[in-house]
Amino acid sequence: MAAIRPIDYGTPERTAEASVSLEIDGQAVTVPEGTSVMRAAMTAGVDIPRLCATDSLEPFGSCRLCLVEIEGRRGYPASCTTPVEDGMVVRTAGDTVRRLRRNVVELYLTDHPGTSVTGEGHGDDELLAMAARLGVEASRYPSARNHQTAAVDDSNPYFRFDPSRCIVCSRCVRACNEIQGTFALTVDGHGFASMISAGTGEDDFLSSECVSCGACVQACPTEALEEKTVIEAGAPERAVVTTCAYCGVGCSFQAELRGDRIVRMVPYRHGQANHGHSCVKGRFAWGYTNHPDRITRPMIRERITDAWREVSWDEAIGFAAERLNGLRERHGPGVLGAITSSRCTNEETFLVQKLARAVFGTNNVDTCARVCHSPTGYGLKNTFGTSAGTQDFDSVQSADVVLVIGANPTDAHPVFASQLKRRLRAGARLIVVDPRAIDLVRSPHVAADYHLQLRPGTNVALVNALAHTVIAEGLEDAGFIRTRCETDEYAAWREFILRPENAPEAVEAVTGVPAATLRAAARLYATGGNAAIYYGLGVTEHSQGSTMVMGMANLAMATGNIGREGVGVNPLRGQNNVQGSCDMGSFPHELPGYRHIADEGVRGIFEREWGVTLDTEPGMRIPNMIDAATGGAFKGLYIQGEDILQSDPNVRHIAAGLEGMECVIIQDLFLNETARYAHVFLPGSTFLEKDGTFTNAERRINRVRKISEAPAGMADWEITQALAQALGYPMHYRHPGEIMDEIARTTPTFAGVSFEKIDELGSIQWPCNEAHPEGTRVMHVGEFVRGLGRFLLTPYVATDERANRRFPLLLTTGRILSQYNVGTQTRRTDNRVWHDEDILEIHPEDAETRGIREGMRVRLASRIGETTLHAHISPRMMPGVVYTTFHFPETATNVVTTEFSDWATECPEYKVTAVEVAPSHTLSEWQYSQAQARERQQRVTHEESTTEEVTARERA
Amino acid sequence: MDDAKMVHQANQIAAYFEAYPQARAREGVLDHLHKFWPPDKRARLAAYLAGNGGGLHPLAAWAAAQLEAPAGQD
Repeated sequence: MAAIRPIDYGTPERTAEASVSLEIDGQAVTVPEGTSVMRAAMTAGVDIPRLCATDSLEPFGSCRLCLVEIEGRRGYPASCTTPVEDGMVVRTAGDTVRRLRRNVVELYLTDHPGTSVTGEGHGDDELLAMAARLGVEASRYPSARNHQTAAVDDSNPYFRFDPSRCIVCSRCVRACNEIQGTFALTVDGHGFASMISAGTGEDDFLSSECVSCGACVQACPTEALEEKTVIEAGAPERAVVTTCAYCGVGCSFQAELRGDRIVRMVPYRHGQANHGHSCVKGRFAWGYTNHPDRITRPMIRERITDAWREVSWDEAIGFAAERLNGLRERHGPGVLGAITSSRCTNEETFLVQKLARAVFGTNNVDTCARVCHSPTGYGLKNTFGTSAGTQDFDSVQSADVVLVIGANPTDAHPVFASQLKRRLRAGARLIVVDPRAIDLVRSPHVAADYHLQLRPGTNVALVNALAHTVIAEGLEDAGFIRTRCETDEYAAWREFILRPENAPEAVEAVTGVPAATLRAAARLYATGGNAAIYYGLGVTEHSQGSTMVMGMANLAMATGNIGREGVGVNPLRGQNNVQGSCDMGSFPHELPGYRHIADEGVRGIFEREWGVTLDTEPGMRIPNMIDAATGGAFKGLYIQGEDILQSDPNVRHIAAGLEGMECVIIQDLFLNETARYAHVFLPGSTFLEKDGTFTNAERRINRVRKISEAPAGMADWEITQALAQALGYPMHYRHPGEIMDEIARTTPTFAGVSFEKIDELGSIQWPCNEAHPEGTRVMHVGEFVRGLGRFLLTPYVATDERANRRFPLLLTTGRILSQYNVGTQTRRTDNRVWHDEDILEIHPEDAETRGIREGMRVRLASRIGETTLHAHISPRMMPGVVYTTFHFPETATNVVTTEFSDWATECPEYKVTAVEVAPSHTLSEWQYSQAQARERQQRVTHEESTTEEVTARERA
Repeated sequence: MDDAKMVHQANQIAAYFEAYPQARAREGVLDHLHKFWPPDKRARLAAYLAGNGGGLHPLAAWAAAQLEAPAGQD
């Protein structure tokens, strides 16, 4: 269990080679040079009173509570802003400073309500705690002018700002600036009128540019900024450390409880991915876990047109097993398959692929990485030797040049974005490659040196031109190439990349990026010091996604930017455990640890462990399963925690495939879109309701800890195990830790991993084995995983999805800060305040020529289908390109996207769809039909009707 | 899966490996099909070549022929 209030050293830790020795209250203390007197005192166990200081923020020196006496110095310096010096003699608790501190507290109390918002004790109010500690029971000063009747800002759905409690210490302002990097808060006014303000004077917190990360609330020492859940439920009594279930940053959180009720999620200060920071989703958007839409009983139905029938676990599992067994007996194991969930734990994902391979008897297993980072797997494995990012997040603090390609970290990976922005504010240079002017291009105190605003679908042409410039201008790292890479492959690549068609001037017409700008960016990347690449789905979700990943790997190798701190090629993974689900053998051609199914030796390891003979051939990917189902050759699918009807491209085709199956089993929290085609619904568990591990984008394995029981009574791993048993396979784990032990026994990169070791170290980055017993922060140091790095050719092949007169615009899709993936979780939270529908962003010129005004409903049509949504006119777009998100089933953005996909992995080309946009007054036909279907499913479910009752009612 | 989609995907693979000299390009396409395409899909491609076979990139056609042919024959 974690401490609700961990030790706060008052000012940040300093690292320096030189150390300084001093005396504090008679104790000898030695600390690194640059350490504050306050922190030095705390390391010696002397806790100097303070209010404006906290060790997550730089010292500010405003509250005057931390005054000390220093021999030989005049006055009473603030210990937070005074650095230690050799031989210094400090007294922290003399009569004078104690009197001064009590006086300061009394003055603060003249303009403070005097009680905690929780109604008991001090709650989170450090002023009240400090008053008690200093023996101040009441203020001697009359309460004259004050802020006790100032209006409370209640606009934010998750926290409130009460000016009557504010002491204007600026901790919130500094947290917004230093930690989050949004600069949304300020101290407005002077003297008595000084007050914390979000945005401009006209704004409240909701209308300001505040991103609700919660850093200000966490920093506030007086409950002026406080979580509404704490005000409502009372102060937390205990805390459990666990891992966020949103994006691939994998933030550690303290789930803080009062009794058995969670009252808030607080980013864990010792979290090795997030270092005490969070975003609006992880910090606040956890209300979905007890949303009334949660399905809490298993359900079955004979046909997908029937009503659902709530049944016992035994009946549901038995029904599913009988259907699966029947299909296997009649048609063979090849008609069955499974989809693992990147939202579930490593242990649960491992079990689903084991279920498919060892119990179903097929390698037909896939995961959502099929539609996001499967090209990362292909590209990095073939060039470097393994399918993972090369660095940890902290490595960015050593980067001198950051190249962000096809990623929007401030929206999709906000906590990493804050760390990145800290480095940029400290002077690192930035190159952004994106069709949109994402926030990083220009935001407070951050500006990209180069924004290469390329046309969608031309990534490979661009990365080739960057590499061409490096080689043609002699900027390569010849020593690195000679000693670390395959010579013959480099020679072939060098000849290829120097061809005239790869020159910036030649590709300018294709990419739309001026050659001079591209050359300048290439020079900066190659010569600016440590250069690091961070990329997202704007790289992978293309017909040449894998080629682009290889192109970035080539660029990093050519410039020697791999294998040390501050460099590397780093995928920003979308879902909390998409790295883990890939590691765990979720792909149809690979066993856990990215080892091909055809490898007899590897197969033997699992055959001996599982007591079965495994199929030697690669299984079907998700699109293969859907294609086969439409032709009747695929009949049974077990889907854990994915909603392919909303997330995958060409929704009509997905629906046709699902409809063609005879047994679809959905294991989820809610009746998602895909569940409309299901025969069995198995109610799953949230991240708060089970034990296990998630692996984030930096290969970091973090513990997920059970805090409460799943409403339906079973964790997801237990459901999979029950299904395996019903199918006749002996699967008897007592705890997820035993599953991890099996993973470690069978998978060399996890050989040293166990729950006990994770608990001991906090987290572990794989590979973790005999050679790296505590894990691996930076990969490919000294040599690549595959030995020598391999340059691979990257020919630019234009996508077949082309704009034309009928569909003249290119649609690209992505995410927004407040919503997550298909919105299953975030749509069921107050995050809807910021974004309650998908919006189409369109350039002013494109809008004007089409008669589209701000907020107008528009029809978005492609060769595949059409939908409608509201338009937002935005200069962030380049002319000819429109953008939207895919968070809302009411929009069903993927009705429009095509089945064109990456050549190597079949990752869909979400980022390039030729479309036309026009004003519209009505929903599309598809939207109407789906709304009716959705309503029907929900109505029937809540009525708990039997099949016969619904049929009779429909006949009537 | 309809044939047009399968042919398009096979041709995409061929278009990538076309950058390499012919022997390596052929091997690349064939190896990719073996490693990543399930047996039924490979069999369909082979059957497609044996039937109409139209529209296949030469490298894809060569690889499809190897799928059909017994091992060791070219």
